[in-house]
Amino acid sequence: MDTDRHEVALSVNGIRYTRHIESRLLLSDFLRHDLGLAGTHVGCEHGVCGACTVLLDGQPVRSCLMLAVQANGHEISTVEGLAGKNGAYHPLQQAMHDHHGLQCGYCTPGILMTMTAFLDENASPSEDEIREALSGNLCRCTGYQNIVDAVMTAAMRMRG
Amino acid sequence: MHLSDFQIGYKRLDFLTCPGGRLILRARRRAEARDDRVTLLASAMKPAPFKYIAASSLEHALALKAQHGDDAKFLAGGQSLIPAMNFRLARPAIIIDINEIGGLAGIRPRAGAVGVGPLTRYRALQRDTSFAELFPLIREALPHIAHPQIRNRGTIGGNLSHADPASEFPAIALALRARFRVQSAKRERWIDASNFFAGALTTDLRPDEMLVEIELPSPKPRTGACFMEIARRRGDFAIAGIAAMVTLGERDECAEVRLALCGVGETPVDASSAADGLIGQAPSEPAIREATASLQGMIEPSGNVHATADYQRHVAGVLAERALMTACQRVQDGH
Repeated sequence: MDTDRHEVALSVNGIRYTRHIESRLLLSDFLRHDLGLAGTHVGCEHGVCGACTVLLDGQPVRSCLMLAVQANGHEISTVEGLAGKNGAYHPLQQAMHDHHGLQCGYCTPGILMTMTAFLDENASPSEDEIREALSGNLCRCTGYQNIVDAVMTAAMRMRG
Repeated sequence: MHLSDFQIGYKRLDFLTCPGGRLILRARRRAEARDDRVTLLASAMKPAPFKYIAASSLEHALALKAQHGDDAKFLAGGQSLIPAMNFRLARPAIIIDINEIGGLAGIRPRAGAVGVGPLTRYRALQRDTSFAELFPLIREALPHIAHPQIRNRGTIGGNLSHADPASEFPAIALALRARFRVQSAKRERWIDASNFFAGALTTDLRPDEMLVEIELPSPKPRTGACFMEIARRRGDFAIAGIAAMVTLGERDECAEVRLALCGVGETPVDASSAADGLIGQAPSEPAIREATASLQGMIEPSGNVHATADYQRHVAGVLAERALMTACQRVQDGH
């Protein structure tokens, strides 16, 4: 069968990519298989678990609920772009490490992308606000408490 | 692990059990490296194949829909359509992406009403403080609609056209007496929210039409609003949800009551007539209870894995009572 293919040009973590892809390829699979950025995890693939969360023009979205062709001309950020150029952790990554905010780590990339964007807009969040912001990311290991603690600590450190 | 990964792994395992399989595998690996990648990519596709067209203008999108009718689906936020396609419950032959069309998103206040573009995302409504102040009902409901990531992407027009009866916005549109402007390549017409929702996931939209504007009448003075729902988890579809608006007269009597429910039927349910007895009366507790009992008799929830029909009806009654009381209190408190 003829496949419907399109050229996409987009930026991921500041790097420009141009690819010729099939229209039904999801953004999550494009990042993982075409660009080799397997840090974006794929859990439920229907928008429930949040593991595949990436930033589209700075806003967290489910990459499994977007076609890769739709990212044409847009900027995507993934977990691979969080750490500094020298390899230093983002303050939230460091806080997740310090507070044992992950166990198996499967949900972690999605949580990091959701919550770094949240912290950019909320320098002093309350615990309730953090829980509300986290509501779209499922974690089956931690019980969330350590993640909430990590986000609180990251917020404090980022305020300086 | 994807099923596709598993299948490829299995194929390799097969090779290893053959005599000399390892050598064959090594030789084939190089030859297949490219093929394997193609196999992996092809099998990694969740949706069935379709033709994708990014519409360049509203006219372009409507011309395409006129040409392809029900074979084509508009892609707005994709937060309901793409999951359905991932499961292959939906297999549209043609996807008309309207996301890059300028002017389809936006909040346009005008005399006595606000026009909302269909591509307006939930997040835009949450962030527009004057819109949120004008429609406290919507402000209160928005945090219940899915999750931040979905609100960043999901659109009002997509939500209403999808017409999930469990969704919050169709009920809100009923409560607010919204009107929808729909357009095809040939004509334009207005549909009242009360005539728009025809059944579960079914609307009055014809195959060549698009919902192009949602008109929300500004609430009258001395109107209190309240949105409440009960869901198993934050962001889940509700067991039952209610949008209530009460307008009080000069003597604090009920002048108008709007009640609409989500999650308790094949469509969002306008249950305003349950409160007919309240009109002209002070919103006393017994009068509100009577309206609530009447509302419970009007709905026919189907029950689901999380709640029996009786429990849904019970929850709807409890929420209606609380929402009516809260809405009245809010008028009297002046907000």
